[in-house]
Amino acid sequence: MRRWLVPLLALALSAWAQGTLKVGVVVSATGPAASLGIPERNTFLMLQELLDRQGGVAGRKVEFVILDDASDTTQAVRNTRRLVEEGVVAVVGTTTTPASLGMIPVVAEAKVPMISLAASKDIIHPVDAQRFWVFKTPQTEELMARAIVADMVARGVKTVGYIGFNDAYGEGWARFFEAEAKAKGLQVVASERYNRTDTSVTGQALRIIARRPDAVLIGASGTPAVFPQRTLKERGYPGLIYQTHGVANPDFLRVGGKDVEGTLLPAGPILVAEQLPSAFPSKRVALDYIQRYEARYGIGSYSTFGAHAWDAWLILKPALERALKKADPGRDLAAFRAALRDELEATKGLVATHGVFTFSKEDHLGLRFEDAAVMVQVEGGRWKLVRTFR
Amino acid sequence: MDATILGFLLLDALQNGVIYGLLAVAMVLVFAVTRVILVPIGELMMFAPLSLVWLQGGKLPGTLGLALALGALWALLERGRGRGLPLLGGVGLLLLFLLARGSPALAYPAAIFLVVYLGVASYRVFFQPLREATVLAYLIMAVGLHVAYQGLGLVFFGPEQYRPEPLLSGEVLAGLSWQGVLVLLFALLAVGGLYLFFRLSLFGKALLAAAENRLGARLCGIRPEEAGMVAFAIASLLAALAGLLLAPLINAAYFMGFMLGLKGFVAAILGGLLSYPVAFLGALLVGLFESFTSFYASAYKEALVFLLLVPALFFQSLRARAVEE
Repeated sequence: MRRWLVPLLALALSAWAQGTLKVGVVVSATGPAASLGIPERNTFLMLQELLDRQGGVAGRKVEFVILDDASDTTQAVRNTRRLVEEGVVAVVGTTTTPASLGMIPVVAEAKVPMISLAASKDIIHPVDAQRFWVFKTPQTEELMARAIVADMVARGVKTVGYIGFNDAYGEGWARFFEAEAKAKGLQVVASERYNRTDTSVTGQALRIIARRPDAVLIGASGTPAVFPQRTLKERGYPGLIYQTHGVANPDFLRVGGKDVEGTLLPAGPILVAEQLPSAFPSKRVALDYIQRYEARYGIGSYSTFGAHAWDAWLILKPALERALKKADPGRDLAAFRAALRDELEATKGLVATHGVFTFSKEDHLGLRFEDAAVMVQVEGGRWKLVRTFR
Repeated sequence: MDATILGFLLLDALQNGVIYGLLAVAMVLVFAVTRVILVPIGELMMFAPLSLVWLQGGKLPGTLGLALALGALWALLERGRGRGLPLLGGVGLLLLFLLARGSPALAYPAAIFLVVYLGVASYRVFFQPLREATVLAYLIMAVGLHVAYQGLGLVFFGPEQYRPEPLLSGEVLAGLSWQGVLVLLFALLAVGGLYLFFRLSLFGKALLAAAENRLGARLCGIRPEEAGMVAFAIASLLAALAGLLLAPLINAAYFMGFMLGLKGFVAAILGGLLSYPVAFLGALLVGLFESFTSFYASAYKEALVFLLLVPALFFQSLRARAVEE
């Protein structure tokens, strides 16, 4: 009896393993982008538990293979290669723009669909032979810059200054914000850069103040975005201060304290999910995500970044179900990956936490401006909804 | 540019310059005595305010565990009575932290003691066994420690910045906060104190002797190991105090230390890793240069500051004799 048991078990196990859908995940759980990457990883850990309880997708077990890229492009590319070799059906990630851009040639060569969690429009635009395989969930700088400029125009701002990170994030924002501002008739009077490790931004702040702009946009993410804002206040800057959606986490409020009171920023609607009008399409999905995340990781722990990961799965799940009807990953992985890509592109009107996704051959972002951005203000140490664009 | 802006920039340059200056002096001291280029000084500097924030929140920081673990290794490496110092220090540190959890007044000395203990233990465990190694071997070890401590900093304190409450709030005059004055005062005191220490105390003279000529110092009965420990203790003390005073102005985070240390290193190089006054002046120059480039060409600031190294190294290479100790 025992002689049979082991091979039988092994056989059963291998059959069960064959039915498993492996989804590769690359996030920046350590390094400078960790404050974004950790909630993303947490979201996938939570999803794994959820799927294990529910029994996966279409009767197949789903396994997330989660790898950390340490906010490093080389590591992200290496991780992606490894995931492709392990036979994942799709790759989700990664957190940062440079690393996501680095992953594109790898997934395109291996013909594996990828959903990036990074901001830049360059990741999915233009949809060429390589980006054919690439989708993404977060709003682009372009989309968010549109929200900021619309808000500035509504408040009668005529001149603006800009200070941003001296890296891909800050440069991307400078490019899209300054283009959008000029298109709407605003004058950009100063454009400065700083590093997140800087111990002083006095020089930049003084230069901006000397030009007397009506409003200043700070193109930075996380807690290092507090620093220029505090320096501007200390040096007596009287105008409006805008931040980007990269600061939408509780740590920004904790470190900023009184200094960031009154800050205006564009954000994905999930940031103020409870304050959204009940007709707002993503409200219900967003509240559901927040409830699940907080039940798992504690009250007040959710952030908009983790929600991008949740959205990636919301898109991937129905696409997987449809693709499973067309091809069998156990028999022909390449055909399944191609079918999955086609089904991702066919996603229509999918309501997620950050908006409504409708992909097409030309548009691999799929978010509409009106559903995906709201303006928020810091008031009493909390985020307050001040404007929707619907 | 008008006079107000010039004044602000000069004040800013001074405040940053003295911090780089302290780090430069600490690096010159450690290099002179032990031939170690203390790359992880930035991490030691950040551990102080971050541990403080943790203590003030009623939590025990992960750095405590690190310090105690290194202390235990230190005790293992010693023999006989030499074990007394690390063991006593470790027990004292643990007690201080347990007490400091309840009283905020003790949190400052606890954070300082932690960093000093950690600094000395790092020397004993990682550098002393390498004694008589080349400068390059020491440098490799130092860079390794920097990477390890930075990574541990992320594990212990998370990716975000923290801001301890300033000791003194408010501004003396526009552009200079009371906390900034504290930083300047501390720099003045530290430099003066070091000067007196080296001139007047026997310990200080022994350190100078060990830095000047190690063999000669040994013949006079000065133990180079002990001198190395004292040098590391002084450097960590300077780093811890500077970090605690600076943190409310710049927000502390695990990744903030390296750049500070690197700028201090640039200043130390300007002083040829030999001269304290020239290193300090070099640091003020770095601060000044940084402040003005951030005004005129902020996108190229870092590149321009590190470009300062090129003429300095060129000058050194003309002057230096090609011998290593």
